[in-house]
Amino acid sequence: MDGYNFAYLDEQTKRMIRRALLKAVAIPGYQVPFASREMPLPYGWGTGGIQVTASIIGADDVLKVIDQGADDTTNAVSIRRFFARTAGVRTTERTAEATIVQTRHRIPEAPLRDDQIIVYQVPMPEPLRWLEARETETRKMHALAEYGVMHVKLYEDVARHGRIATAYDYPVMVSGRYLMRPSPIPKFDNPKMDRSPMLQLFGAGREKRIYAVPPYTTVRSLDFEDHPFDIQRWDQRCALCDAGDSFLDEVIVDDRGGRIFVCSDSD
Amino acid sequence: MYVAVKGGEAAIANSEMLLAETRRGDPALPEIGTAQIASQLSLAVDRVMTEGSLYDRELAALAIKQAQGDLLEAVFLLRAFRTTLPRFGASEPIDTARMVVRRRISATFKDVPGGQILGPSYDYTHRLLDFSLLATGGAPADAPRAPVDPGPMPHVLALLDREGLIEPERDSDAGAPVPDVTRDPTTFPTDRATRLQALARGDEGFLLALGYSVQRGYGRNHPFAGEIRLGEVEIEFTPEELGFPVTIGAATVTECEMVNQFKGSAKEPPQFTRGYGLAFGHSERKTMSMALVDRALRARELGEDVEAPAQDEEFVLYHADNVEASGFVQHLKLPHYVDFQSELVMIRGMRAAAAAGAPTAEPPLRVAVGED
Repeated sequence: MDGYNFAYLDEQTKRMIRRALLKAVAIPGYQVPFASREMPLPYGWGTGGIQVTASIIGADDVLKVIDQGADDTTNAVSIRRFFARTAGVRTTERTAEATIVQTRHRIPEAPLRDDQIIVYQVPMPEPLRWLEARETETRKMHALAEYGVMHVKLYEDVARHGRIATAYDYPVMVSGRYLMRPSPIPKFDNPKMDRSPMLQLFGAGREKRIYAVPPYTTVRSLDFEDHPFDIQRWDQRCALCDAGDSFLDEVIVDDRGGRIFVCSDSD
Repeated sequence: MYVAVKGGEAAIANSEMLLAETRRGDPALPEIGTAQIASQLSLAVDRVMTEGSLYDRELAALAIKQAQGDLLEAVFLLRAFRTTLPRFGASEPIDTARMVVRRRISATFKDVPGGQILGPSYDYTHRLLDFSLLATGGAPADAPRAPVDPGPMPHVLALLDREGLIEPERDSDAGAPVPDVTRDPTTFPTDRATRLQALARGDEGFLLALGYSVQRGYGRNHPFAGEIRLGEVEIEFTPEELGFPVTIGAATVTECEMVNQFKGSAKEPPQFTRGYGLAFGHSERKTMSMALVDRALRARELGEDVEAPAQDEEFVLYHADNVEASGFVQHLKLPHYVDFQSELVMIRGMRAAAAAGAPTAEPPLRVAVGED
């Protein structure tokens, strides 16, 4: 695009972000502060993911952008269009063809390979934020690996509701050291992060944090021995492709409560 | 096929065309020009330049036009442009004592050297709708002007400083590089320079409410408007190859210095303390609010208890930026149906368990540790 650098960001900014990414990969699950730029898209709409993608994308890359698992949701369309305009890269809707997948709220059903990178858009990077509002405190808690409050929270869930009442953005321990928010993916997707061959990068633009899970790193969803982590299951199968092992969206099809279930992953 | 939010590229393109139509309004009326906005909606332009952190009246006017007068959207447009600009250096600090003053008032002294200059102000207007403005055409009568002394106009607070009644302005580290909140992530605790930068960019409404809360007793430190001045200052820059400062332009700024009570401590005798506000253009409400909040945020430095929202730097600085706040509040418009589906599955499961009269599961006994 005239007047703008390849993939919008200037090269100095890209270098700054790449440095943050390298640090993030070196310390799996640790939130690296970075000088997030003001993007031409609103904060909260994927500016962190966009900056990460813009810093790693090259002319030969093939980009897939999904939101809620789908390529055709408005925000995914908008971000894909942004990169098509500013970087002129090839885009795809097939997971297998992509070299970079930028995502909001899902991990594709098809497993990613070691030559693929997934970039998550993160609204709130801090897993302890609802338990402790202050960044100065939560950084201390991470430094000391003091995660008791999270276990207490989960314990209280079980005591009150009989189960852990967190269905998405389910907290994970990365490489046995840092507590991490996987971004608001359904807990259904959490197992896909564990020891995965893909490189996983997380960008939180508004909160100015980058973190990462390198390939083949353990990502364990927090649980208790007698209340093991479990994922959502459906009695139904996808009404479109008959898949029985995917995350299903519920679609209301009439005004009498009629509904069908379809794959959230549009690939 | 089925879902309304699954619009495609065509829907977005159509939406943008509709927006352009709406922005233009009734085509029978003449289109508004950016020069008109810059000149006749000058206070809107001042606010957009201040919170957009870019001094350019024409671009701010363009942003206001493009945003249909939505000033927060205009701030966003200007910021997104600003972020692409290369930085070629930092100017010398502006010297507001050498300001060519258009307005200058002090609430702390009846008269001050250089005089009280009311200048253009809404302060004493009676807020009666002026129906004569419904008609267009006539130019207002020329306002009478007295000659202004072109000499420097020292700050009112400097008079108190001479007596040692007010804390001196300290340049804590004169040689240190100027922090830039748009280039470095803010880490806490912050220094005052960083805070002032963030406050200058902060939302006027948010700072107004916080400043007001200080006055009403949430972190009370009784303020006086020591001085408010509006006028033009020269911008000087030292190019490396020259080694001395040259004037590269002028900017209109509003400056507010608040005087606040301070009881003193074991180490320091009682003296007045300061709060500071500065903004582009004519922005008195903003600079006064900023000065109140700046002073409140110095609580820790001055050994006061941090109890009120306005004194809490994490609370204030994380929430003052309206581009961040507006984006995150409005991102709730984006589809969240996967998360919502997850909650649906969970709540149905919990209700089914409750309906079946299933006893609540035993609370867990031990944390699973795993072999990470």
